[in-house]
Formats: sequence, structure tokens, C-alpha cells
Amino acid sequence: MFVLLGLGILVGGFLVRLNPLLVVAVAALATGVAAGLPLLKVVAAFGHAFNTNRYVTIPYIVLPGIGLIERAGLRERAGAMIARLKGASAGRLLIAYLAARQITAALGLTAIAGQAQTVRPLVAPMAEAAAARDTPPTEARRQLVRAFSAATDNVGVFFGEDIFLAMSSILLIRGILEGVGIVLEPLDLSLWAIPSAVAAFVIHGARLLLLDRRLRR
Amino acid sequence: MIGLPALYALGGAIFAAFAIVGLAARRFGNAAFWGLLAVSFLLGDRLGDLANGGLALAMVALAGMGALKSAPVPTERPAQNYPSWKLFGPALLIPAGTLIGTLALRHMSIGGVSLVDPKQVTLVSLGLAVVVALAAAMVWLRAPAAAPAIEGARILDQVGWAAALPQMLAALGAVFALAGVGDTVGHALQPLLPEGSRLIGVIVYALGMALLTMALGNAFAAFPVMIAAVGLPVLIHAQHGDPAVVGAVGMLCGFCGTLLTPMAANFNLVPAALLGLDDRYAVIRAQAGTALPLLGVNIVILYWGAFR
Repeated sequence: MFVLLGLGILVGGFLVRLNPLLVVAVAALATGVAAGLPLLKVVAAFGHAFNTNRYVTIPYIVLPGIGLIERAGLRERAGAMIARLKGASAGRLLIAYLAARQITAALGLTAIAGQAQTVRPLVAPMAEAAAARDTPPTEARRQLVRAFSAATDNVGVFFGEDIFLAMSSILLIRGILEGVGIVLEPLDLSLWAIPSAVAAFVIHGARLLLLDRRLRR
Repeated sequence: MIGLPALYALGGAIFAAFAIVGLAARRFGNAAFWGLLAVSFLLGDRLGDLANGGLALAMVALAGMGALKSAPVPTERPAQNYPSWKLFGPALLIPAGTLIGTLALRHMSIGGVSLVDPKQVTLVSLGLAVVVALAAAMVWLRAPAAAPAIEGARILDQVGWAAALPQMLAALGAVFALAGVGDTVGHALQPLLPEGSRLIGVIVYALGMALLTMALGNAFAAFPVMIAAVGLPVLIHAQHGDPAVVGAVGMLCGFCGTLLTPMAANFNLVPAALLGLDDRYAVIRAQAGTALPLLGVNIVILYWGAFR
């Protein structure tokens, strides 16, 4: 039971708003020691996994290129382009992005878009400019539209990627069930991701239309 | 074969450049943090586990002391008014290049050896697209040589320590696995599961996936725990549920949890920083109205689908 200490530290640390990196490291060390492992062995295990998981930090390599074109005025230009487009609204634009993100993720192309490479330089400025056509933008409205831009990217990729056969989550599910003697075809798993993907599009799409109405008030 | 080592070298060089920018701007905390990350990327495989652990803990100490400054350094804008294609071209080269690379490089081989590590085709394609887009932007925009490092560091400083959180969480997951946290959670859940109730089993499994994902920041870490604790013994063995549905929809219940937790920093906290939102939980707030009803729908799909 002592090893559950780590989960308590994670939740408690967040509630008192300690730095999350600190909370995670303390939770890891406490859990390892509570399980009776020597401290140095816990640090080594932590370091080993930190090293083998470096690939999750790789997407930040887009920043020099993105920063460079932002400096030259990309975000302003993206906004100006949408401002001239007839019938554009923040909600409609984000629905189109949601559909594109779900479909490309379902084809395995999760890395072609993302928060740093598309949302910040393109999607958020475009959605803001579209929203500004209807109503004079206040800072609160601008921030709301930006938050929904980021949310739409997440919903799109989460509820699209599992339709792709070779996605890591599908492989993980298959691998774990295979370990207990249940052999599944990846296709069975990805077909069962489709109903949830449709539901995600309907629910989030409806909320984006409501966002338009909220912005017009 | 081009694979992760080449990507890590590229990443290490970029983080090292950000560290140098930090030094030049006298932001020593930021310089040390990105410098350590650069060392991890460039030398991590040679350092040994204990040194890597020490390196990670040093990064944690810097973040915990509040040594990183996040306010963006003001940047000098070129006065020139560029034609649109020079701006959108490089921006679209990154997704387009990744797409083309993913499709084209998968089956390319020289003398029977794959040109690109088949498991890493997408990330390698992203790396190549990034290099091509950066080169194009440098030429088309006639930018000064130091501009990419300065502008990239400007954005990454805004993200700050949260950039390293996903990697730290993966390390936490490894320690949890070593300590047997999963089995203990499974035992703790047993009293909640009355014998023979299909609906309660489905609800404990689905909510357990969502809540454990929220605590761990990652559905991949929660899945093995919940499948061993509830999915397999209760839903699949005792109730004869369809394992494909239990597996697939269970994972998606976890994804609903990912939308709701600050622990999933790269999806929820990093964008709030990237977009300059005053409320660091603004993205989670925007997602909650989608994630909660969607979790309900997933429970229904699980219940009907698994026991057709």
C-alpha cells in the first residue's frame, strides 16, 4: 500500500500548486523508496527512462523555423487572410480544422500538425481574426478563442489517431492483451475507435457553433 | 540507417543554441536548463543511468527554484513587407514535408538496408521537413544567421519547464512499474467491484481509466493497470465482454482524462503558454465541456459494444 504514496504526492502537489516537475520527481523517488528500493537505484531507473523517452521532446525542433517566420509577420498575415474570407467564423474555421485533424490523424499523420507547428502560428491567429469580424475583440474573447483553438487540436488528434492501424496506442493495447493470451487484429481495435471519433466530432463541433453564438453576444 | 540518434543530435544542437541565447541574454537559469537538456540529447546514451538521473534531477531543481524566466525577450521585426508565399511557404513545408517524407521514406532502402528506421519514419520526416523549412525561410526572408536560435528560444522560454514534463512523466511511469504501483491499484479497486454486475464493472473500468490517466498524465501508463485490475478479470473473463471493445474504448476513456489534466502538460499547459493565455488551465477549461460528455458516450459504447 505504501507505493500508492506517489499517487497521493502527485495529487497533493498539484492542489498546493508546487512546480509540477518537482512534484513528479519527488513522487518518483518516494514511490521507489517506499517499495524498498535503494535511492540510487531509483535515481538510475528514473534517469534510464528519462533518456529512452527523449523522443517525446523532439517536436520542439520546429521552434527555430516557426519563430523565424513569426518574426517576419506570419501570424498577422494569417489573420488578415481570414479577415477577408466571406462567411468565416471562429467556430466554422475550427470545425474545419477539427475534421482535417481527425482525418489526417486517422491516416497516421499525427505529426503534420500540432500546438507549436500549426496552432500558434496559423490556426489561433486565423480563428481570432474570424471572431473579430463579428464583434469588436476584447482580450477575454481573444483568449477564449485561442484556448478553443488549442482544445480543437487536442480533441482532433486524440479521437482520430486510434483509427490508424499502426498507431502506438493500438500496438500497446494489442501487445498487452497478447501477453495474456488474447490475440486481436489491429483492425478490430481501430474499427472500435470509430464510434467515439464520430461522437467527439459531433460534441466538439456543436460546442464550436455555441462558441460562435457566445462570441456574438 | 537514419533513426533516433540523428534526431537527437539535431535536437541537442538546437537546445544548445537556445542555451547560448540564454547566456547572451543573461538568463542564466534558462541557459542552464536548456543546456542540460542539450547534454541529455547529445550525450545521454554515453552518460549511464545514474548520471542521466542526476541530470534530470538538476533540471527539476532549476525549475523548482523558479530559476527560469518566462517573459518573452522583445524581438526586432524586419520592416520589410514580405509576399505571402514567403511566409506561408516555410510554414506549410513542415506539414507537407512530413507527409511526403512519411509516405516516400517508408520503403526506401539501399542494398537491403532501410534508409530510415521503419519505426521512426514520421519523426525522421518531421526532422527533415524542419531542416528544409528552416533553410527555405533563411533564404527567402534573408534573415540574420542568429535569428532562428533567438526566435526559437523566445518561444521555448515562454513554454519553460513544461517542455520537459512529458519526459519526466515517462520516467515516473518507469519507477511506478518497478515499484508495482499497478498491482497495488488493482488490489485497492477490488472492493468496488461486486460480483456479477456488468454495468458497475464497465463504470469502474471507464472512470478508473480516466482518473488514473489524470493522475499519471498519460493514458498509456494507466491502461496496463486498469486492464489487469478490471478489464481482464471482470469484463473479459467473468462477463465475456469483447476484448477488442474493452481495449479500444478503454483507451479512449483514458484520452478523455488526458483532456482534463495539467499532468498532460504538452497538450494542456504548453499550448496555454504558447498562446500567451493568462489562465494556465484555460485549455483544460475549454476541453472539459467536450471531454465529460464524451466520457459518458464512451461508457455507453463500451457497455453496448462489448456485450452485443
